[in-house]
Amino acid sequence: MTETNTISGNRGLQVEEPLIFEMGCEGRSGVDLPDPAPVDLDRLGGVPRRGKTGLPDLSEPQAVRHYTRLSQKNYGIDTGFYPLGSCTMKHNPRLSEKVARLPGLADLHPLQPQQTVQGALEVIHTLAHWLKELTGMPAVAMSPAAGAHGEWCGLMAIRAAHEDKGEGYRRRILVPESAHGTNPASAAMCGYSVESIPAKENGRVDLDALKAKLGPDVAALMLTNPNTCGLFESEIIAIAQAVHGVGAYFYCDGANFNAIVGRVKIADLGIDTMHINLHKTFSTPHGGGGPGSGPTVLSAALAPYAPVPYVIESAGGLELVEGARAGTKPFGRVKGFHGQFGVFVRALAYILSMGSDGLRQASSDAVLNANYLLACLKDVVSASFDGPCMHEALFDDRFLKESGITTLDFAKALIDEGYHPMTMYFPLVVHGALLIEPTESESKETLDQFIAVVRGLAARARTGEAEGFKAAPRLTPRRRLDETLAARTPVLRWKP
Amino acid sequence: MRYLPLTESDRSLMLAAIGASDVDELFCDVPAAARLDQPLALPRHQGEMEVERAFTRMAGKNLSAGCAPFFIGAGVYRHHIPAAVDQLLLRGEFLTAYTPYQPEVAQGTLQVLFEFQSQVAAITGMDVANASMYDGATATAEAVLMACRITKRNRAILSGGLHPHYLETVETSLRYTEISADVLPPDPLGFEDLVGRVDSSTACVVVQNPGFFGGIRDLGPLAAICHEAGALLVVMVAEPTSLGLIQSPGAMGADIVVAEGQSLGMGMNFGGPGLGLFATRDKYVRQMPGRLAGQTLDVDGKRGWVLTLSTREQHIRREKATSNICTNSGLCALAFSIHLTMLGGTGFGKLAELNHAQAVMLEQKLKAVKGLKVLPQSYYNEFAVHLGDEVNAAQVVDKLAAKGVLGGVPASRFYPSWPELAPVLILAATETNTDDDMDRLVAALKEVL
Repeated sequence: MTETNTISGNRGLQVEEPLIFEMGCEGRSGVDLPDPAPVDLDRLGGVPRRGKTGLPDLSEPQAVRHYTRLSQKNYGIDTGFYPLGSCTMKHNPRLSEKVARLPGLADLHPLQPQQTVQGALEVIHTLAHWLKELTGMPAVAMSPAAGAHGEWCGLMAIRAAHEDKGEGYRRRILVPESAHGTNPASAAMCGYSVESIPAKENGRVDLDALKAKLGPDVAALMLTNPNTCGLFESEIIAIAQAVHGVGAYFYCDGANFNAIVGRVKIADLGIDTMHINLHKTFSTPHGGGGPGSGPTVLSAALAPYAPVPYVIESAGGLELVEGARAGTKPFGRVKGFHGQFGVFVRALAYILSMGSDGLRQASSDAVLNANYLLACLKDVVSASFDGPCMHEALFDDRFLKESGITTLDFAKALIDEGYHPMTMYFPLVVHGALLIEPTESESKETLDQFIAVVRGLAARARTGEAEGFKAAPRLTPRRRLDETLAARTPVLRWKP
Repeated sequence: MRYLPLTESDRSLMLAAIGASDVDELFCDVPAAARLDQPLALPRHQGEMEVERAFTRMAGKNLSAGCAPFFIGAGVYRHHIPAAVDQLLLRGEFLTAYTPYQPEVAQGTLQVLFEFQSQVAAITGMDVANASMYDGATATAEAVLMACRITKRNRAILSGGLHPHYLETVETSLRYTEISADVLPPDPLGFEDLVGRVDSSTACVVVQNPGFFGGIRDLGPLAAICHEAGALLVVMVAEPTSLGLIQSPGAMGADIVVAEGQSLGMGMNFGGPGLGLFATRDKYVRQMPGRLAGQTLDVDGKRGWVLTLSTREQHIRREKATSNICTNSGLCALAFSIHLTMLGGTGFGKLAELNHAQAVMLEQKLKAVKGLKVLPQSYYNEFAVHLGDEVNAAQVVDKLAAKGVLGGVPASRFYPSWPELAPVLILAATETNTDDDMDRLVAALKEVL
C-alpha cells in the first residue's frame, strides 16, 4: 500500500473533521428565529439561567457539511453487505421513511383527544393484528421500546401472573449459556436470579439438564429460538411441556424471528411470551443504535397482565386504554405515552408491502442465503455445527489455529475488503465465534463476492500472512483504536 | 417482490450448492406439528402505490397539529425543526448503520455521540452524559435504580410534580425490587414539601423542573438537604428547550439529570420514539446505565472515538450489569444533536426566550376568559389553568377539538380519581404558535365555557 502524506491530513474523499466545539464562533446561527417580545424574567421562579451554555455557534452550511462528512466515515446497509449475526441488518425501505413523515402521522401529539387520532390508533391496531396473526398469540403489548425492554415486559407479566396466583416464591429464571446478555440482565431487573443451562454437542438445549434444573421455584425459561447458534431448537415442544409441567412460563427471545416468520407460529411451540424486534424482523432502520421497538406477544394466561396502554375496538371507534379495566390486571406502564409509534408506521409499511406471501418468502430466502454461505465456506472456515442452519451460520476459529490470527484480526481484514465484520465472539459457546447472518436482502451476486473474499482471506491466513491481518484495517478513516486507553482515562465529553 | 433480490433461478442454483431439493428441507428441525405449509390468511404483498394510499387514508383520519391552533404539551412539545435536520439524518450512512461496535467503520456515529454527550452535559450543567436512553420516563426509572446503587439505600421520594407517565414507569420498574417509592400527590400549585421528607434512609428525591403543572423551582435548597442526608437529587426535565432560559439543574446541585429530548430535532410522532437524556457527575459514571462514547487514539496516534466503559453493560456483565439496556435512541440523538448544533448557544437561548414570551402572551390573552385562573406562580412555556369549579376540562377539550382547536390536555386524563383536578387544563405555547392561534383558542374557550 502506498501512503500519501497530504498537507491537510485529508486523503481525497476522506476528510478530517473537527468537533463542532472546535468550529464554533460566536455570532453565527444556523436558525433564524423571530425576535421574542420583550418580557420580564420574573416568572421564572427566581432561577433564570446565569452564564452561557458553552454550545458552539455554527451556520447552516457549516452544520450540513459537518454531518455529511461524519456520515462518510460510517458504514451502513446502504453502503454494503452487513453480515452481522443476530442483528438482522436487512434493507430499510424508503417508502417506510416517506409514509412516516406524512404530517397526518408525524405531526400528532399523543395526548390529543382520541377522536382526532383514530388513524394513528388504526396504525397501532393493524400492526398489533399482524403481529398476533404471525405468532398465533392472542395479545400483544405494543409499548416496549426495544428488544431488551420487551424481555423485561414479558418477564414482568410472568412475575405478575405468578404473584397473582400466590406463587411469588418462584424466583429462578433458566437461561441457556448461549443467550444474549440482555436476557440475564432483564431477569435481574425483575428481581429474579439467573441460572445457566448447558447446550448439547449439537448446539441445542440439553433437555435432560433443563429438566434437572426445573422445579417449583422456577418462574420461567428464557430461550432464543432459532437460538444464537443459528439453530432451531428441535425439541422445543418437549421443552415447553417440561417448563409448563412445573408451573413455569416459557419466554422466547424473538431476536431471530426473521428465520421463521410465516413458516412457524410461535404459539404452536408452546411459548407464553416473546418480544419482536421491529428494527430487525420488520426492517425499521437501526439508526446507528436505535430507536428500536419491542412489541411483546402474550399467551392467554399472561394477557390480563399486559401493561397499559393498549388499543381496543369500542362502539365509538378505536379506543386507547390507559388504565386498569375490569377483568385485567396490568402490571403497570413501561414507558411514556403509547410506544414507538414512528417505528410502528415504518414496520407496518414494510409488512403491508411484503404481505403474508412476501414475509414467508423473506424468511425462506434468509434461511436459504445463510445455508448457501455455510455450504460455500465450510470447507475453509470451520463451521461449528452441521447444517442446515436457520437464518445465520456460526463458525469458530479452529480454521485459524496456529496461524497467529484471531477472529478479531480476520474480521478487521474484512473491513479493508469493503465489508462490515460479522458478529465476533458471540455466542460464547464456541471459541472465537464468527456469526454470519446475510438476511434475505442480499443477492446471490453479493453473496458470491463475499464468499470469494472470505475464501481468499482464509487462504492468506493458511499461508501465514499474519502481519497483514494484524495491521488491518489499513484503509479506514481510523485504524485500530485503543479501547484500553479509552476506558482507563475516560474522555467522555469535549472540554475547552 | 421489490425487497427480495433472489430469482427462482438463483434459488435453484443455491439449493443445488447446498444439496437440498427444496427450501422446506432447510426447515427440517422445525417439529412437523408446528410447520405452516401455506402463507397465512392475511393480505398479500402490495406495491408502493397501494401501501402509500393505505397510509394516506389513515393519516387523513387524524387532525394533525399543523391544521389546528395547537396548545398541547405535557411531555411532548411541538417545535419548529430546521429542514436540514431531517435531510441529514436520512443519509443512509447514519440511517442504516448498526450500533458502532466496530469503531473503524463507525467513526461518524461515534463522533456524533461524543458531541451529543458534550451538548447534553453542557445544557444540563453536568460533568458527563451517556449516549441516550429510550425516553425520559425510562431514563427516570434508571436514575432511581442508579441512585439506590450509589447510596445503597432503597427509598425514593417522587415529587407530585413529576409527569404521571414517568411516575407510573418508575413505580412499575420498582415493583419487583427492594426499593420503595414515596409518591407525593399531584401538585398543581407547587406547594409540596419535599425537604421535610428527606432523611437518612432516602436514596434520592426525584423532581421535575419545570413541573408537570408548569411551575419552576429553585432546586438549590432541596439539593443541599439531600446532600446533607447523603441522598441524591435527581432532576427530570421534560422540556429541554427550557434549559436555555432556566438555571441548569447541575448549577442548582443535581446529582443525576434525566430529560426527554424530543423537543429538539424530533417531531411529536404520536409520542414515540422519544430520546432519554441521562447526565451525572464524574464520580458516578461507573454506575451509569447505557452506552458511552469516549475519545482515544488509533495505532497511528490519531484521535478517534470508541464505545467505552462497557464493563457496566449487559453484553459483558449479564445479570450484574447496571441495566439491561442495549439499544439506545441513536438516530434521535443525532437529530437532537444536529438541531442543537444549528441553534448554537445563541439560538438555544433565543429559542427559550421566544417560548417563554409566547407563554406570557398566552397568559395575557387568557385573561379575557372569565373564571379561568393560571395555577403556577412561575412557568416556562406551559402552565396549568383552572377553568372554574363546575367545569369539566375533558369535556371542554373535546368541544374545542370539535371546533378544530387542540386546546391542551385535561389533567383528568392522568388523574381520573382526583375530582379536584377535573377543572384543570394544561396548556403549552411554543414558537410555532401565532397570535392568531392564541386568539382562536381564547375565542373558542369563551364559546364553550
